[in-house]
Amino acid sequence: MAINKIGREIPDYIEGIGELKSYEGPFSVEPAKRRFGRKISTITPKQSKILEDIEQAIIETGLKDGMTISFHHHFREGDYIINMVVDTIAKLGIKNITLAPSSLNSVHAPIIEHIKNGVITKIETSGLRGSLADAISKGILEYPVKIRSHGGRARAIEAGDVKIDVAFLGVPACDEYGNANGHSGKSFCGSLGYAKVDAQYADKVVLITDNLVPYPNVPASIAQTDVDFVVKMDAIGDPKGIVSGATRYTKNPRELLIAKYAATVIKESGYLADGFSMQCGTGGASLAVARSIKQTMIEKDIKASFALGGITGQFVEMLEEGLINKLYDTQCFDLTAAKSIGTNPNHVEIDAGFYANPHNKGCAVNVLDIVILSALEVDTEFNVNVITGSDGVLRGASGGHCDTAAGSKLSIIVAPLIRGRIPTIVENVNTVITPGETIDVVVTDRGIAVNPLRTDLIEKLSKTNLPIFTIEELKEKAEKIAGKPKAIQYGEKIVALVEYRDGTIIDVIKEVK
Amino acid sequence: MLKLRRTMMYVPGNNPSMVKDAHIFGADTVMFDLEDSVSINEKDAARFLVYNALKRIDYEGAEIAVRINGLDTPFGLQDLEAIVRAKPDIIRLPKTETPQDVIEVEKVIAEIEGKIGIEVGTIKMMAAVESALGILNAREIAAASSRLVGIAIGAEDFVTDMKTTRSLDGVELLAARSQLLFAARAAGIYALDTVFSDVNDEDGFANEVKLIKQLGFDGKSVINPRQIDVVHDIYTPTDKEIEKSIRVITASEEALKKGSGVVSLDGKMIDKPIIERAQRVLTLAAAAGVYAIEGGKEIGY
Amino acid sequence: MNVKTIAMAGTLESSDVSIVVEPSRNEGITLELNSLVEKQYGEQIKCVVLETLEQLKVKKAIVKIHDKGALDCVIIARLQTAVLRAAGVETFNWEEEK
Repeated sequence: MAINKIGREIPDYIEGIGELKSYEGPFSVEPAKRRFGRKISTITPKQSKILEDIEQAIIETGLKDGMTISFHHHFREGDYIINMVVDTIAKLGIKNITLAPSSLNSVHAPIIEHIKNGVITKIETSGLRGSLADAISKGILEYPVKIRSHGGRARAIEAGDVKIDVAFLGVPACDEYGNANGHSGKSFCGSLGYAKVDAQYADKVVLITDNLVPYPNVPASIAQTDVDFVVKMDAIGDPKGIVSGATRYTKNPRELLIAKYAATVIKESGYLADGFSMQCGTGGASLAVARSIKQTMIEKDIKASFALGGITGQFVEMLEEGLINKLYDTQCFDLTAAKSIGTNPNHVEIDAGFYANPHNKGCAVNVLDIVILSALEVDTEFNVNVITGSDGVLRGASGGHCDTAAGSKLSIIVAPLIRGRIPTIVENVNTVITPGETIDVVVTDRGIAVNPLRTDLIEKLSKTNLPIFTIEELKEKAEKIAGKPKAIQYGEKIVALVEYRDGTIIDVIKEVK
Repeated sequence: MLKLRRTMMYVPGNNPSMVKDAHIFGADTVMFDLEDSVSINEKDAARFLVYNALKRIDYEGAEIAVRINGLDTPFGLQDLEAIVRAKPDIIRLPKTETPQDVIEVEKVIAEIEGKIGIEVGTIKMMAAVESALGILNAREIAAASSRLVGIAIGAEDFVTDMKTTRSLDGVELLAARSQLLFAARAAGIYALDTVFSDVNDEDGFANEVKLIKQLGFDGKSVINPRQIDVVHDIYTPTDKEIEKSIRVITASEEALKKGSGVVSLDGKMIDKPIIERAQRVLTLAAAAGVYAIEGGKEIGY
Repeated sequence: MNVKTIAMAGTLESSDVSIVVEPSRNEGITLELNSLVEKQYGEQIKCVVLETLEQLKVKKAIVKIHDKGALDCVIIARLQTAVLRAAGVETFNWEEEK
């Protein structure tokens, strides 16, 4: 057992997982490996890549007991692929599979049955939601789930920490030789940023599409040189769950208040200058911040060099209006963004490694100025939880949270001080995803706290009429209103390991009684 | 410092999620309503809710008002019994028609203040005038009690009483608003304008705020937090106004130091109303965070 | 106060609590608590409820609570309302409130 840099107890070794390294700080790991290389295989002239169905694909790839399979989460709650593939694997009697998708959603609840019948024995993912998440929190899996950030997953794949035997990748548009993108078809999702890494590093790559287009399908997000097989199906996803319609501006006064404070923080921080860059989430407050920033950009004639991340229609609008020069896009959050990426050359698809892998020669988050992030909980050390609810149960995703916080010059958390009766600012967060030393400012509806490490920001912001408090004061404010919450009682079993983007363990999640 | 009442935000008294932190949106006064926003069957529930909230929630210095039901309803007296004990800053009377309405409520408040051992007169009052009779009696109403800090016009009931409807340019309210302002200014108390119900009509709202500011109102009633910043922005003086006011105040202070009775600036004589206006400009500027008052001297009515 | 009939107060909206007070054949208070925040605040809620019932001099009743994250002051208010309604008391004795 070791105590890591943020004071969490981390076991040295876990049976079935191996030795664990403790988190030592955001940039403490010096990589000392060669990049992982997949098995070389060849396709000869006249050889067809088209297969009948998923069953045939599983057989042809040689998938066996104990192997690792991967998927992307670009189809979000509309995804059919993971459930279809795992059902077929079960039918073929294959067991002990490690499921390593870029993320999992509520739609993947049927995996519970495949955990019970021994088909899936390990899971590595960014997020977990719904009844699958509940079941895992109760300890249904023998081995702990590995939670990775988007950048951390790309790093793990490129470093060979995760060896993907077969990647099953749903693609909205594909030719029969395996050139694929997300630009068209009834399941169109825009960027395939998370799938790109899997396609390059998996030993075998199966593309599954409901939209076979004439060769060559270019520009391709996934290239023919990485693809073994192509399966055509009637449906790979439910369009309603894949992309949401236009993102609406919030009218919630609390979110607008938080956004007003956050926008003021940004304006006063000095980072809002010509050529700046930003990333923001899809929450109401985040979008409202972006709207307010947009107003200031117009008034002061400021242009952004790029916007990063999951891209929303709001950023697309700003691109089209000339307020942002380029969009770097790993995943499209709404219809407008998904439509734009296939048509606007300044809307650039990037893969998860380019986005946030800390162990390449410079990922996009390294040159990011401002990021606006959400939080379920923040503790008085500024550590942030975005994965477990206040009841200790898994219900979120690591995503790019710790990646962008570490890379950006100004990371801002926006959250209400209290949700219902539950304080957001607490003494100890249930789970740490993002270490406090990478968080600069916490903005709530009842006050703002600046990380004491950022004396420069404290000096700048204390000159404004923003309601600035210490993080302890915010915690006390919350407790005075709601009462002090009783700590959640956990069992002994570790149900998930939270890996920091560099591969060290920042926290563990225990079963909920 | 001069107390600002640019915005008075209505909060339905039976809505816990709004009652618990209505002050965070920055309204100058938060008004919990037991009257029109509460259905007849929930009057008891709202009364208990507002009472307990005022007892236990720290509104962090925001001015708190409670609008009670009239004494001519079965709820008014119970409302007063509860609310006076919860000690808000202000109790607001609805549908005030005569000075007697104010005096009757004041009597009850004083009695309860005595019983619970707080100084008689602690709790201030505000009266809303919502009928033709009320407007005609505005002068007497405004002067009916030393507890009154302001009178407000409630337009919805008023226009109905006048057999008309509300319009965007407010011509139907012009006479009433003016009469109310005369009464407030003559009595030396605040004048507050009515609500603007279409929260999504931001331009219409802003135009109405500009109008009532120019008429001379101290502020406006708002029904949604989104309306607060609009009012405060319109009431925020321009840089030019602030600069001029600073020079006026500096000149008057210097004259005072010299013991000179006459204040002059740029060769022009500055008299008392100009100084008072400058002080008000600087107070509004300070509240908007665009100017810091040093020393914070007590001025006002 | 004597609980004579079934009465309810509050709603199932966020930050509110719905409380049903029923007459009981047995002595004492039977409390059913169902709360979104039971793990964190369950004990505190029970404390507040029992204390409030004692102040209202309710000796026997069944109290069913569906809490949606209400603050203590909301729980007290809803319980006072429900008890008065169940006891058929229209004029609360505010003199006893401090």
